[in-house]
Amino acid sequence: MAKAENLMVEQLKNNFKAFEARLNGISKNQWHQMRKEAIDAFTSNGFPGVKDEEYRYTPIGKAIEKNFDLSMLGIETPETGTFVPVFSKEHAIHIFIRNGKIDHENLNDISEAGVEVCSLKDALVQYPKEIESHLGKYANVHKDSFAALNMAFSNDGVFIKIPRNTQLEKPLIVHYITEGKGEEKIFQTRNLIIAEEGSNAKIIESYTNSDNIRQFSNHVTEIVVKANANFNFYKLQNQGNQAYHIDSTYISQLRDSTLQSYVLTLEGKIIRNNLNIILDGENCEAHMFGLYVIHEDSHIDNHTSVDHKAPNCYSNEVYKGILDNNSKGVFNGKVFVRQDAQKTNAYQSNKNILLTDTATINTKPQLEIWADDVSCSHGCTTGQLDEEQLFYLRSRGIGKSSARAMLLHAFVNDVLDKIEIDFLHDYFNSEMYNRLDWES
Amino acid sequence: MGKDDQILEELTSSDYKYGFETLIENDSAPKGLNEDIVRFISAKKNEPEWLLEWRLKAYRHWLTLEEPKWPNVKYPKIDFQDIIFYSAPKPNKELQSLDEVDPELLETFKKLGISLEEQKRLSGVAVDAVIDSVSVKTTFKETLGELGIIFCSLSEAVHEHPELIKKYLGSVVPMTDNYYAALNSAVFSDGSFCYIPKGSRCPMELSTYFRINASGTGQFERTLIVADEDAYVSYLEGCTAPQRDENQLHAAVVEIYAETNAEVKYSTVQNWYPGNKEGVGGIYNFVTKRGLCKGNNSKISWTQVETGSAITWKYPSCILKGDNSVGEFYSVAVTNNYQQADTGSKMIHLGKNTKSTIISKGISAGKSQNSYRGLVKVHKNATNARNFSQCDSLLMGNKCGAHTFPYIEINNSTAKVEHEATTSKIGEDQIFYCNQRGIDTENAIALIVNGFAKKVLNKLPMEFAVEAQKLLALTLEESVG
Repeated sequence: MAKAENLMVEQLKNNFKAFEARLNGISKNQWHQMRKEAIDAFTSNGFPGVKDEEYRYTPIGKAIEKNFDLSMLGIETPETGTFVPVFSKEHAIHIFIRNGKIDHENLNDISEAGVEVCSLKDALVQYPKEIESHLGKYANVHKDSFAALNMAFSNDGVFIKIPRNTQLEKPLIVHYITEGKGEEKIFQTRNLIIAEEGSNAKIIESYTNSDNIRQFSNHVTEIVVKANANFNFYKLQNQGNQAYHIDSTYISQLRDSTLQSYVLTLEGKIIRNNLNIILDGENCEAHMFGLYVIHEDSHIDNHTSVDHKAPNCYSNEVYKGILDNNSKGVFNGKVFVRQDAQKTNAYQSNKNILLTDTATINTKPQLEIWADDVSCSHGCTTGQLDEEQLFYLRSRGIGKSSARAMLLHAFVNDVLDKIEIDFLHDYFNSEMYNRLDWES
Repeated sequence: MGKDDQILEELTSSDYKYGFETLIENDSAPKGLNEDIVRFISAKKNEPEWLLEWRLKAYRHWLTLEEPKWPNVKYPKIDFQDIIFYSAPKPNKELQSLDEVDPELLETFKKLGISLEEQKRLSGVAVDAVIDSVSVKTTFKETLGELGIIFCSLSEAVHEHPELIKKYLGSVVPMTDNYYAALNSAVFSDGSFCYIPKGSRCPMELSTYFRINASGTGQFERTLIVADEDAYVSYLEGCTAPQRDENQLHAAVVEIYAETNAEVKYSTVQNWYPGNKEGVGGIYNFVTKRGLCKGNNSKISWTQVETGSAITWKYPSCILKGDNSVGEFYSVAVTNNYQQADTGSKMIHLGKNTKSTIISKGISAGKSQNSYRGLVKVHKNATNARNFSQCDSLLMGNKCGAHTFPYIEINNSTAKVEHEATTSKIGEDQIFYCNQRGIDTENAIALIVNGFAKKVLNKLPMEFAVEAQKLLALTLEESVG
């Protein structure tokens, strides 16, 4: 066992050397130092095992070691450009990341909309100041192995800057597309988003796996929401049943800013979402919504953490899930209230419906509070559809499956209704109905 | 003891009402732990061969284990070679009546306010008083004997009812269970054994009142309660300990075994020395408490009021194995000064239609840390399981912490599980309301805290409830300012 692990470490180190060599000069910049630190952190910590409290219910490290050839790390796979988005062009601004590489073709049209977008690689040259002060500052490579792996091997991703006082009218969609033939794909995408003072934007990250290929995607996004900005961040995860996806988002909010985060999950083999929010200035507001409607063997793990560092902040978290077949759900919500963060209001709720006996849910809402003048609460429930409510509807002539659909719809509705983008709302709604074979 | 420590002790001794030490000649084992010590303890107690083997097996298993690091508490590493694992008050031959009890012991009880005569005459409570590990006197034994109820010290039971002990000892908390349970299994000194036969309803509340005595002695208490079919018992446990600078380790095990239709109610008030205001001294309380609802329709209920100990690490649990069985957990945990508590409950639902309730109220003041850690697990076959958990925390002062770590694992779609938790401080408007009506702030806080904990205090037997309320007010004295 130990020998095998040593072999893996050796291989990763060799991979890393080859990868750095391919970077051709880019390796000389400050990113290089961070990469080196990250690969050392990863090789000493390895993938998290089940003994790791944070990954207790999600043995993703093991699954990846078993299913993927890690010598592929850092090797780019060609894109085919066949994917067509389901959302029509005029509704939004589209950015495509195909097989981990940004599609440069349509980037020029975007600047007209008033937002600055480029690949992270180009941003190293074009936006050195922003890169220096933010890249790698929130995702700690020593605390999270996947952040370390990403830092070591990521080469591309998207850089978005919403300039000061810009109000984006249309939402911006970043499509992460896995496409083409092949046994398996490994991506380490890295993004940086900066919402400047007083800006207002909606950004959607949409993940698709159009040819249903086995994929290991390790995705890290760092977001800075500056003073007075209003930032809406959506994630739509519908990646087929072959996707091993780790999605880490690190958000730092400065004073008087508002954040709405939505994590909408429909399918994936194992999906792990790490949403880490730091409220670093007074008077911040963070709203986190999550909805997972999953079936078959999907496994979804939502880990969220809200760190109240400054006084007078508000955070509210509502995650809801419907689990069918053999699917597995994990929820872990942490709220930290530091000693200085007086007058904090923090709420958290996680509700689940299990449709079968083979579906599982493990939930752990967690509060850690060091300040006294706070009002915090959390709640979670797990149950099934209420027989009496079903009977009520059926006694009024509504068929069994419609009645079921109505009740499930009512269950998720308070989160669904919070989605402010109409086409996204409709898309999720219809997918949800299809997924569970409901008659509507 | 250094000069500083002496001064410190003099300064602080007045703070702790129950801080005195009875000078009873000890019969102690040498410091440290090895197989010989385990043999020494076993020999000292004239134990049969099988029990010695059991202890040794536990000891060997313990050696393979590591001290748990996951609780949310901080303390210096315990040096197990610096602890005296056995000390007994000098035995005074067989005792027939109270007159024969060591007068000094009786004096100790008087200071604690529970003189045996008093207890015997007034309260109708049978008291199995334990001083430093060995049961000294068991009262009301004869009355109970008529009903077939066995209530005696564990070491006595080993000799008189070996078949019961063999059957039930370690059946709920196996010796391999965890680090401190294994340690306890190896070196347990004594404890209480209670057996309620089929169809009996125990007419009085059974109670052990024990205290830690003799400097540097860990007390390894082991309680075993067995309720046979259709039996009922309410069991009380409460304790205080003398003040002392050195940290003392207390690793107890409590096992409850409930057969079909049986009901066991276990209540405890824990008021061990919490250390002084600077966080020096105090008891380390690492306890494993577990009940097994073996038969159908059985019920186990835990009620606890935790105000003492420097560090508490305690998770009374229920394994709901029988169909329709019920588990309950009511807890008030108060921490002040530098106390740390990591406490909560585990409810494991295995049988059909099992129900559990967890009500936990945490109050932290001073510089203390108070954590709730709980697990609700519903297994695949536990159809129609139901759980309700509520854990509320109250914060007093801005240097303390309140934390919640509830784990909820559901593997059955018919389960209904609810969990809710809140954290807040005492509202200024509430205190103002009281002040306005002529209640000073100190009393207002006592009033509000009692209201906050009412749901749990109500579950305590009468005499305990009164004591617990006083204790709450006492613990929180001067905590707001």
